[in-house]
Amino acid sequence: MKRVYVSRDMASVALGADEIARTLAQAGCDVVRTGSRGLFSIEPLVEVEMPEGRIGYGPVGAADVGKILDGTHPHRLGDVGALPFFASQQRFTFARCGITDPLSLEDYAAHGGWRGLDAARAAAPQQVVDIVKASGLRGRGGAGFPTGIKWQTVLDAPDGPRFIVCNADEGDSGTFADRMLMEGDPYCLIEGMAIAAHAVGASRGYIYIRSEYPFAIDTMRAAIDRAAGRIAPFVIEVRAGAGAYVCGEETALLDSIEGKRGQVRAKPPLPALKGLFGKPTVINNVLSLAAVPFILAEGAQAYADVGFGRSRGTMPVQLAGNVKHGGLYEVGFGITLGELVNDIGGGTESGRPVRAVQVGGPLGAYFPPSMFHLPFDYEAFAQAGGLIGHAGITVFDDTADMAQMARFAMEFCAVESCGKCTPCRIGSTRGVEVMDRIIAARDAAPVAAEGAAGGYLGEALHSRAPSRIDTGIEAQTALLRDLCDTMKFGSLCALGGFTPYPVLSALDHFPEDFGAPAPIEQAAE
Amino acid sequence: MHSLENPREDATLIRLEAADALIAQWTRRHGAARDQLLPLLHMLQEEMGFVDDALVAPIAAAFNLSRADVHGVVTFYHDFRRVPAGRHVVKICRAESCQARGGAAIEAAAAERLGVAMGGTRRDGQVTLEAVYCLGLCAVGPNALVDGRPVARVDVGRLDAIAREIAA
Ligand SMILES: Cc1cc2nc3c(=O)[nH]c(=O)nc-3n(C[C@H](O)[C@H](O)[C@H](O)COP(=O)(O)O)c2cc1C
Ligand code: SF4
Ligand code: FES
Repeated sequence: MKRVYVSRDMASVALGADEIARTLAQAGCDVVRTGSRGLFSIEPLVEVEMPEGRIGYGPVGAADVGKILDGTHPHRLGDVGALPFFASQQRFTFARCGITDPLSLEDYAAHGGWRGLDAARAAAPQQVVDIVKASGLRGRGGAGFPTGIKWQTVLDAPDGPRFIVCNADEGDSGTFADRMLMEGDPYCLIEGMAIAAHAVGASRGYIYIRSEYPFAIDTMRAAIDRAAGRIAPFVIEVRAGAGAYVCGEETALLDSIEGKRGQVRAKPPLPALKGLFGKPTVINNVLSLAAVPFILAEGAQAYADVGFGRSRGTMPVQLAGNVKHGGLYEVGFGITLGELVNDIGGGTESGRPVRAVQVGGPLGAYFPPSMFHLPFDYEAFAQAGGLIGHAGITVFDDTADMAQMARFAMEFCAVESCGKCTPCRIGSTRGVEVMDRIIAARDAAPVAAEGAAGGYLGEALHSRAPSRIDTGIEAQTALLRDLCDTMKFGSLCALGGFTPYPVLSALDHFPEDFGAPAPIEQAAE
Repeated sequence: MHSLENPREDATLIRLEAADALIAQWTRRHGAARDQLLPLLHMLQEEMGFVDDALVAPIAAAFNLSRADVHGVVTFYHDFRRVPAGRHVVKICRAESCQARGGAAIEAAAAERLGVAMGGTRRDGQVTLEAVYCLGLCAVGPNALVDGRPVARVDVGRLDAIAREIAA
């Protein structure tokens, strides 16, 4: 019987992988469902086991099964791992993803699984924390806080119960690494959580997975059942989110697990000291926890040897949006934005010029190609007025309307605001209105722009009647900046506080979409 | 007793009794600590299609919470429906990566082809069209969920296929 491999990842299934798997099974093949390799331009992908190794075919459909099995299909890729997209990666965290059967404990052990946990359990908790510190691992959920230091705080907390909480809310558009790992190598996350539990003395863990990820929820639950013996006495439970983006914020997430409205808590107290049910809690992103088994198995140095500046190790970068070779690309920090978008991603799928990329999800800045020299590094991005976030890169071609994207950022904030503070709850709605006026004035230019001259403060401050508001572009743009300032400095959490990033970066880098003259650098081209 | 005269009330009553039984069964198995509230709401929605406002009181009683508290939780989360959905539910991703791949046009085309505005249920109750903000399939958009099944690279042809599926 011929053995073939087909991904069961949600993206692969959305592209038709189930139908192909069925057809292959009907043709008498032994079908192994794996996670996704992570390059979606070759999916659906079928790999056939041959004496010389696995031979990939993709993209293929169910009708191609005959030609795949007799080896004549034109989309023959050969050894998938040898394709440039994969050969140039440094897969520390995603080493097994796409290769093994995600739920097979045998596969997991055969591919280096549990070595990290065994090493951790052979060491004292403080030693484990020291190793994680020495690796330089920083939180992959967005803020980049050193993971070892967070664990130290929990380890040092007064005696009593403590918890490990995995943040699998992954709400950022353009990101899917958490999902891919949970679907493609769930034991890796379980092992990482078990190591964390040993390090801080926790006996219970929760994985909070957004409800938009039904495949990940099912896979994690199944994996936890099977691995229960291996990680005992530590126990893990999956909790499903309920469609609130803000529940990715760590304190809102804790409230949500506790059965409350997912509203952000004021800090301090830190969750490390007063977290879930008021107890000391390690809360980490999926990728932070899933990086730990490698660090324990291979040593802190092996991880820290890779990277750039204060960003150590690898980052599973996600190439998304209008990009030719979208997918998951795990690589050491320091690679430039341009290399990622143009060399690895191959530019846009539409074939048109790249106009902008948004890095770090809905709270991340829009960058023009003139900034593609930026190295992928927490500090470099912060300095450039943006953030890495969860390392999603969304590519837009030259048909993108950046004023509409700025409007969307405000709209998203309005939809998802937890409502706790005014600049975010009300400001975002006002932001949508301001953007609507800017877009209307832009589209009606130059007539409306004429009427924009001066005096808006005097009018706008004394009356909110639309007829008395200066709806011209200049006045509204000034208002937009003012509003962003208020949101940035007056919001409790990064939802309200960072929404100005996409808005202002769009305005600053693409002023022509806001009815203003193009910036010099671009006008000169 | 009045059920013979009013079949609608009768149906509501049967539904509420069914919900009471589900809640009782749940709390027997999982307890009534507050952190079981979201799992319970998910289960009720799964079983009954939506979380009827009439369930707020029995849930509050079972968990020893105020009705306002339970109402606050139900209404905070986008997932929980307070009215029944159509027989089919189509969710279209509106987030940035799908927009970068032509999502806005697909949103409009979906509304047109399915005959219902975004966020609404068609008059005949056949389909509900909803926005979703990212399904984690961001390199293969525009994406949709059709009755929970993920569909990538949605174009006009795929929308027609979805419309046919829903008509059936
Ligand atoms: C609005 C908002 C949404 C967030 N969403 C996520 C998320 O989906 N996943 C995540 O890991 N962190 C998210 N974060 C960051 C978390 O608050 C927190 O920093 C993170 O879970 C800590 O884990 P780490 O140190 O491993 O990154 C979000 C923050 C904010 C303000
Ligand atoms: S900024 Fe927005 S989401 Fe964050 S706490 Fe304030 S209202 Fe809630
Ligand atoms: S943005 Fe649509 S699936 Fe992520």
